[in-house]
Amino acid sequence: MARAEAPELPTDPTAAVEAAKADVPPELVAQSLGEYARGYVARIRSGESGVLPVVVGLVAIMAVFEVISPNHVFLSAGNLINLFQQSAVFMVLAMAETFVLLLGEIDLSVGYVAACGGVIGVQLVQPVTTNWPWWAAILAALAFTAAVGAVQGTIITRLGIPSFIVTLAGFLIFNGVMLILLLLGPFSGYPNLTGGGFNQQVIFNLMWGSIDPNVSWIAMAVIVLGIAALFWFGDNRRRRSGLVAPPVGLTLIKIALVAAAGIAVVAISNINRANLGTLEGVPWVVPIVLFVLAAWTILLGRTRYGRYVYAIGGNPEAARRAGINVANIRTIAFALTGFTAGIGGLLYASLLGGMSNNVQGGQYVLFAVAAAVIGGTSLFGGRGKAIHGVLGGLVIGGIYNGMYLQGLDVQRIFIVTGLVLLAAVTIDAVSRRART
Amino acid sequence: MPPQRAAASTIYVRRRMEGVAQAQVSEDLKAVTEPLLKVRGVDKHFGPVQALYQVDLDLPSGQVTALCGDNGAGKSVLTKCISGVYQPDHGEVFWEGEQVHIRNARDAARLGIETVYQDLALADNLDIVQNMFLGREKLRRGLLDEDDMERAAAKTLAGLRVTTVRSIRQPVASLSGGQRQSVAVAKAVMWNSKLVIMDEPTAALGVNQTRMVLDLVRRLRDHGLAVMVISHNLNDVFEVADRIAVLYLGRMVIQGEASNLDRQDVVEYMTTGKLSRTSPKEKRGAG
Repeated sequence: MARAEAPELPTDPTAAVEAAKADVPPELVAQSLGEYARGYVARIRSGESGVLPVVVGLVAIMAVFEVISPNHVFLSAGNLINLFQQSAVFMVLAMAETFVLLLGEIDLSVGYVAACGGVIGVQLVQPVTTNWPWWAAILAALAFTAAVGAVQGTIITRLGIPSFIVTLAGFLIFNGVMLILLLLGPFSGYPNLTGGGFNQQVIFNLMWGSIDPNVSWIAMAVIVLGIAALFWFGDNRRRRSGLVAPPVGLTLIKIALVAAAGIAVVAISNINRANLGTLEGVPWVVPIVLFVLAAWTILLGRTRYGRYVYAIGGNPEAARRAGINVANIRTIAFALTGFTAGIGGLLYASLLGGMSNNVQGGQYVLFAVAAAVIGGTSLFGGRGKAIHGVLGGLVIGGIYNGMYLQGLDVQRIFIVTGLVLLAAVTIDAVSRRART
Repeated sequence: MPPQRAAASTIYVRRRMEGVAQAQVSEDLKAVTEPLLKVRGVDKHFGPVQALYQVDLDLPSGQVTALCGDNGAGKSVLTKCISGVYQPDHGEVFWEGEQVHIRNARDAARLGIETVYQDLALADNLDIVQNMFLGREKLRRGLLDEDDMERAAAKTLAGLRVTTVRSIRQPVASLSGGQRQSVAVAKAVMWNSKLVIMDEPTAALGVNQTRMVLDLVRRLRDHGLAVMVISHNLNDVFEVADRIAVLYLGRMVIQGEASNLDRQDVVEYMTTGKLSRTSPKEKRGAG
């Protein structure tokens, strides 16, 4: 019988080693930076490109618009801050959409749910009506949008109705709800944030307030040092205990990039960007977006919840058999999408200095999905990160901003944005095919 | 390793080394140890369809038991009765000599029963470590303890001598069929399991990959685990199985030492439920 001489050879010496070569994240096998670089190139070739395409795209957009923009204003401090403020709403909505995209679902209602959140925030701080403190108004707005997400998620997961349909209904419903909320109160016109009340001012400052230049430097230094320490000690510990870890050089490069980005942001922000008087310092919206990014990066990357979201996106049946409560995880994801959309809505209200019936909720949801996908999040579930939403949001904001500077009208901007989205989705689909 | 399992595997190793008459040693083995899992008189029906009739099955530690049978013979139903997916209508299940009721997969896992399904239930987008710990992640201060999980996963894989993967941080999507099967098995044995049930582990694999998986099955046995392999492939069955059990239309028609059966017998049991020619060695199971 064959088992009498059970072969003790190392099994399967040849098969699949080659297939695996390209797909392994380069930091796993590389011991030196050179090997790492080669591994990275191999990985890009095999379709696992990570954030590289969007970073390259971003640089290209910046370069092109800087060259063609009138008087080369595109990369001026004032315009870059402006660009970030415009992009912030896309970024946050894209991060909102990321939770459901990771599950292979979609939420079409985020635009108007976000708008409802914005209207609630603006309405509640009106001195002539409720005059709530700003924090209570923000909490109420976020509670509302999270609850909306939870309800939609419950319908989707418990009744098994496709998210596309449920959130399409939500899209219409919350368009209506938003208009009703807008008309509450004794305003001739619409409620706004420029009336001078303290709480109105705080919400207005979410987008338009700036941090004192010196405080900006100190805060940036603290944050960069903190991140550097995390990278350095984390990677060191892994290297010491013989775990899969990037080479020292790569850790240093990562830290250097973070430091450079931090210094660049503060340096640009601290240039006086006002035409008259002074306007300088890092806008509040920068730390707000960074905070959302950090929170969702940790939630998705370092917690059980996040792991389950990826698992469900990759193979729901495997997740179910592993004892994961799939319905709960999915419902919570929709609630988190609603919650994050609420943050986006408040930023949007702040950007406009109030809310009106002119919210393009449908357009915003498409931009949110587009930003996430352009950034590298897959429409097919299981692949994506919060940072993808931020990078994709910058791309869309950059295109928008640059084309406005060119004096192009909105039709052409739509067409270009649509083409960029199409390109991103094509890359997603093609790389998916390359991997399977 | 608990002393009882150590004893069983020592005896097994001696048997392999010295080529002692197998029947004799297996009698010794029976005297020393109760089978890890004993199924007695299990019935299961779905509406009017009787899927299992009075099925008995023994799964001893340190041995590979192959469960054979044609399509619809009840292999899956029996497996699911053991792994807690279904509850038997009648009959008893004994685990280490004590009667147990396995109501769900969690109960089975608590006893030490893990099932590797044919589709493996791996998430392609997660890496090997993440898959092996899926649903049972280790935490440190509320966050995932990746370092600890990676060490434990590496140890388990090394113990099974799964060495062909380049890195345990590579996504499962990049693995070959045999490697994926290995990861699924490693995931199953990671949790101090005592019985591993494998559903058609070699069904979709080529020659090299099949050898790799069969080696893995042998290694589990050498570690003293009870292994049940469900398979159509008699080549594989005769290559790894110590014991063979054949189901025919919901009845256990034969169960015994693999060395007492030949391929022809097993095929006949699988297709007709009985043996036309008289075989002196074979002893019938309950039927």
